[in-house]
Amino acid sequence: MTTPLVRLTDAGKNYGNIIALTGVNLEVGAGEVTCVLGDNGAGKSTLIKIIAGLHQHSHGTYEVEGGEVQFSSPRDALDHGIATVYQDLAVVPLMPVWRNFFLGNEVKKGLFMNIDFMRRTTKKELLDMGIDLRDVDQPIGTLSGGERQCVAISRAVYFGAKVLILDEPTAALGVKQSGVVLRYIIQARERGLGVIFITHNPHHAYPVGDRFLLLKRGQSLGYYRKSEITRDELTALMAGGAELEELSHELQNAGADSAAAAKMLGEEVHELGIDRISSGSSGEKS
Amino acid sequence: MTTLQTRPAPAPAPDERYARRSLLSRLLTRPEVGALVGAIVIYLVFFAVAPPFRPFESLSSVLYVSSTFGIPAVAVALLMIGGEFDLSAGVAVTSSALVASMFSYQFTTNMWIGVLVSLAVALAVGFINGLLVVKTGIPSFLVTLGTFFMLRGLNLALTRSITGNVATNDVSNIDGFNSARKVFASSFSVGGVSIRITLLWWILFVIIGTYVLLRTRIGNWIFAVGGSAPSSRAVGVPVARVKIGLFMAVGFMAWFTGMHILFAFNTVQSGVGIGNEFIYIVAAVVGGCLLTGGYGSVIGAAIGAFIFGMANQGIVYAGWNPDWFYFFLGALLLGAILLNSFVRRRAEAMR
Repeated sequence: MTTPLVRLTDAGKNYGNIIALTGVNLEVGAGEVTCVLGDNGAGKSTLIKIIAGLHQHSHGTYEVEGGEVQFSSPRDALDHGIATVYQDLAVVPLMPVWRNFFLGNEVKKGLFMNIDFMRRTTKKELLDMGIDLRDVDQPIGTLSGGERQCVAISRAVYFGAKVLILDEPTAALGVKQSGVVLRYIIQARERGLGVIFITHNPHHAYPVGDRFLLLKRGQSLGYYRKSEITRDELTALMAGGAELEELSHELQNAGADSAAAAKMLGEEVHELGIDRISSGSSGEKS
Repeated sequence: MTTLQTRPAPAPAPDERYARRSLLSRLLTRPEVGALVGAIVIYLVFFAVAPPFRPFESLSSVLYVSSTFGIPAVAVALLMIGGEFDLSAGVAVTSSALVASMFSYQFTTNMWIGVLVSLAVALAVGFINGLLVVKTGIPSFLVTLGTFFMLRGLNLALTRSITGNVATNDVSNIDGFNSARKVFASSFSVGGVSIRITLLWWILFVIIGTYVLLRTRIGNWIFAVGGSAPSSRAVGVPVARVKIGLFMAVGFMAWFTGMHILFAFNTVQSGVGIGNEFIYIVAAVVGGCLLTGGYGSVIGAAIGAFIFGMANQGIVYAGWNPDWFYFFLGALLLGAILLNSFVRRRAEAMR
């Protein structure tokens, strides 16, 4: 097997005496998508911050292409080809698409910018990602949420990213727009990039992911290859199977009205197959 | 985001998309178009009602008045596009003139020494304004309101304690005065009509400002820091340096205008310049700059200053009561703001 682009082994992070993340294993290779799933407060953002170089891990190892690293800044991570596309995307809404694309990395020709080159390149790069803009001079704020996400992704790719970290790219989007973004994730994978896709939506993660890391309260709840888990099992794990079951029992004891709800929950739990996996396979290493 | 989701799906065929953006709607997204239309209308109105407004001589004097406000407005517009204000710009003009005048007079140096000392002081004031804004995060409106009052007090107090008067001494006999006057306050004749040199400087500064804004990396950064400072920081734009630089550019233009006033009138009244900062801001806003930053044009600010000059002089030529001037100025500003917010909504939501 080839060396993965990014590998975390037993990584953890403490903020003072607070253990934000512990015992996390994760890897992503070229042309692979690793999904990180978890509810709010599960430690997803801490994990991204470690990989993106915003924070340093306190335990375990972090390797990039086989060599161990300790990043001191996001710039450092970027120099290793690890780019992060944050939720707010770091775009300036009123500025034209091409100015946003090259912001901070402007191409100069003598004293002035090489505007023609930047316009053409933006158009071409976006076309490669499947976005056909009629006009790269339109303010980026006029693009849809999904398209803006994709501009941010193709910008990271163009400026040499080998690994893309996408922080909840679909969180604020509607169904259709989310589909657009998922398509670009697949496209990035096909171009040989490693993608770390952070989300709390198993329905978005499952179709595009090769590996799935589930986080809960700062701990790894499970790390699976796609072949080892079904979509329903993933959903069940995300939904917190044990809690659902507990809730169903509580409701059953509460009265007639609640009993109906409890029955529905119970059926759902059964359907999702939580009884099967919530006990057995958690924490298993692939 | 939520509004974007509910929007109907985009038209499928690319040809249709092209057709939907007419020349007019393309034009309307340019920041300076509203001002240009306004300028033409105002020019035609005065041309119709005020015969003395019509000759070329009158236009020359309108352009002169416009240039004295238009020169600082170039930098004020850039600063506003960068997301900040400078309320101290008006009195900084006077401060620059006072410093140059009193330095050369009191220390009996060549006039040019005073001019350069004044430049250093003006840039330092801009630097301090900028540094306070970026380091404290306090809105520039408040920071420069503070420096505005401080400069105003310094202008009066220092002038009186040094010269014992509210104005500076006449500097026209000092060495270097004549050459400095040639640079900052001479005039030349075109077809028998006298043109002030500030008009040429103004045009030059507008060209430079426009090129910097639209064609250079710095210009890209100015738009970016005004549009979204956190996003700019995230992609590596040196936000603090850009903003401080813009405040210093305002300092430079204030200095330049101050030099013109000094060499045009030989003495400087220490109390003048108050309120001019708003004229510069009006010129920039009328010219299409957004108060919130990230959008605007230098040419627009020049047109804004020209509108101000026309209104200022036109009322006199038309024989109207000049008391009404500020009413018109306010109405003009309000109209421009309404137009701008309409344009901005188009720019942000149009598809």
